[in-house]
Amino acid sequence: MQHHLILRVITKMLVGTIILFAFYVQFHGDFSPGGGFQAGVIMAVAFILYGIVFNLSKVEQVFPPWLVHKLVALGVLIYAGTGIISLFLGYNFLDYDALNPHHPSHGQHWGIMAVEFGVGVTVTGVMVAIYYAFAGRPPPMKDEDW
Amino acid sequence: MSTVEVQHVAKTFIDHLPVLQVVIPLISAPLIVFIGNRKLAWLLAMAASATAFVMACLLLAQVKDGSYISYHIGGWAPPLGIEYRIDALNALVLMLISGIGTIVLPYAYNSVNAEIPKRHHTLFYALYMLCLTGLLGMVSTGDAFNVFVFLEISSLSTYVLVAMGAGKDTRALTAAYDYLIMGTIGATFFVIGLGLLYMATGTLNMADIADRIAEQGTNRTVQAAFAFIVVGMGLKAAMYPLHHWLPNAYTYAPSAVTAFLAATATKAAIYVLLRFMFSVFNPGFHFEDWTLYLIFIPFSLLAMFAASFVAVFQSDLKRMLAFSSIAQIGYMLIGIAMLNATGLSASIVHMVNHGITKATLFLGVGAMVMYSKTSFFDNLNGLGRKMPFTGAAMVAAGLSLIGIPGTAGFISKWVLVQAAFENGWWFIAVAIMLSSLLAVVYVWRMFEVLYLTAPDEGCTATDPPLPMLIPMLILAGACIWFGFDTELTLGSARVAAEGLLAGSAGMAH
Amino acid sequence: MERLSDWAFIVGHLNYWMFIILMMTGLYIVVARGNLVKKIVGLNIFQTSVFMLYISIGKVTGGTAPIYPVDMQGNLQVDPSIVYSNPLPHVLILTAIVVGIATTSLALALIIRIREVYETIEEDDILKIERELSAKDYKEHGPAMGGRA
Repeated sequence: MQHHLILRVITKMLVGTIILFAFYVQFHGDFSPGGGFQAGVIMAVAFILYGIVFNLSKVEQVFPPWLVHKLVALGVLIYAGTGIISLFLGYNFLDYDALNPHHPSHGQHWGIMAVEFGVGVTVTGVMVAIYYAFAGRPPPMKDEDW
Repeated sequence: MSTVEVQHVAKTFIDHLPVLQVVIPLISAPLIVFIGNRKLAWLLAMAASATAFVMACLLLAQVKDGSYISYHIGGWAPPLGIEYRIDALNALVLMLISGIGTIVLPYAYNSVNAEIPKRHHTLFYALYMLCLTGLLGMVSTGDAFNVFVFLEISSLSTYVLVAMGAGKDTRALTAAYDYLIMGTIGATFFVIGLGLLYMATGTLNMADIADRIAEQGTNRTVQAAFAFIVVGMGLKAAMYPLHHWLPNAYTYAPSAVTAFLAATATKAAIYVLLRFMFSVFNPGFHFEDWTLYLIFIPFSLLAMFAASFVAVFQSDLKRMLAFSSIAQIGYMLIGIAMLNATGLSASIVHMVNHGITKATLFLGVGAMVMYSKTSFFDNLNGLGRKMPFTGAAMVAAGLSLIGIPGTAGFISKWVLVQAAFENGWWFIAVAIMLSSLLAVVYVWRMFEVLYLTAPDEGCTATDPPLPMLIPMLILAGACIWFGFDTELTLGSARVAAEGLLAGSAGMAH
Repeated sequence: MERLSDWAFIVGHLNYWMFIILMMTGLYIVVARGNLVKKIVGLNIFQTSVFMLYISIGKVTGGTAPIYPVDMQGNLQVDPSIVYSNPLPHVLILTAIVVGIATTSLALALIIRIREVYETIEEDDILKIERELSAKDYKEHGPAMGGRA
């Protein structure tokens, strides 16, 4: 899509903003609507937009597929790891009180942050992986066909 | 959770068993993807599922006296929090699922090497572990919506596992697609049922739902919920008219996957059916009796005869065994429909015994397919003679499938016939025996091909390597062992059946 | 009067009527359409109808979004007179939506594979090809055992 100048310029401006907004939704998720699911999807949108406007190979240079697969796994590990930590501290699985036994509500807060972060990482990875899987499949469309 | 200081008592390993046996396979799946090494992937999967099996055994030892364990996820007390509740029924099914999952894995190592392209191996083991996680979670949770989540985890990974047979036969893809459509409709029906239950009771904890239904009596919302849940789970369990996804999925999936699924997936669905029919809706629920008498019994009888009859005329051994599975599910459902302790324990014990039997048979077929490439009867001529140990394992399992005295299959059918006589339903008892005769016919066809026809000229088949042979022999041994020592299977099943008939155990306090 | 209350019943349960209509539409598409992608569209409509059922359950008359307002210092401004909707069904549906996405993408991935192999996504054509495959199997293996493939 080399001659779509407006699209390219606007995309370059938007990608950073979208990623910033994703982080806002991620880390403000415990006080306002948002959280890992939404943040992950918004984050993935940044990469997918970049891939649609420029090229699949361009976005794969930024965010290589092997890294995407590792991120998908990493997010789940962060989530389950939070639960396992509380197990080792002698509490029930996913009982965030364990993270700060003196101030259980702080522990809850930290636990939710960690879990939401894990969810965000996985959702980003999964959405981008789905995009790669489908976009990488058909023969590339010629520029004149648009 | 309130910020009030609560004296905290540190939990020990044993306290965490109910959740650990789900979490360990769950963690192993992303670890496998993260590490990305084929050999390590197998090792991790094996270690995780073996641990889950040991834990299931420990759990069964704790609850075999009819008590139950309640585990609160995140320390949130039910009914608000999610509760894992293990009683004799769960523990027995958990042991079956994680046991089969563990035993199939050493076999899978070689079988997967032969059937699935190398670059998919780590993903295969990750999906296998996810499927195991889903099935274990479905069985151990006491929260109704959690059942749906775990059901979808196991189903989605199952669709991919089935589709992985595409390297051998492209029809695996359409089989997986059909299964996906049917499975999703089933799961969505189930979730509509849960929604209606939530409307009527305002809670999702199974024990709490049971208490509230008992309080308010039956009404149309609850009845509709019951219908949706039975149809949804019936689809997953391949209850007779809803079985259409099963034969193709079992036939075209990779051998190891077929063995694992045949022994566990439908059993977990039947477990959920049992749990909802007896522990959530009360056994005296008026609507339920009619469902059982007017729907379960005729369709189970149809399954026992029609599916067995179709099995007799198959020319593909794997497909024949798949149809026989549908027939065997008929036995389990008819045991439930008897509505007495003996019938219920028969269907629970048949879940275990049939799981072991079918796993052995599918593992045996898989070993032969390694040599013959297809499971058509004319490609298997005389292979039983060339592969003596594999053949012996299949004979033992085949006898158990018919229900010859001295095998596990006999025990479950014997108890089932007893239950029929207890209710005075002699015609059902006769039907069970007649359909066993059909089983004799199709199992005999298998023996005939394996032993009584001459092997092809220049046939070089030999027994498969030990990692594939030993799982088969262990399972075949179990088919015989549980035919003599029924303390573990029938003993636990009786405790579980009494627990079910007593209705919900009520909220934990 | 009675006529009026009937009317109130019908309009008051509009969400549930829509749920039933969407559910039946979705199921009908799954059954009736031969195109594999259209089947998935139907399946999506079917699943979405369930989301609608759950969200309707969570609605409390006069209730607002179940979020506690926070002032600039980060203190909760809880007003006991405000009625909140039930957030639990929303959470459940968040899970169900994720499951729906997973199912859809898996189904589409399967369709791509099917298209690569069979070069069609029409059910009739696929069935025709598969019937030919079965007929071939039968010719090779069926008569040997007197059975059918």
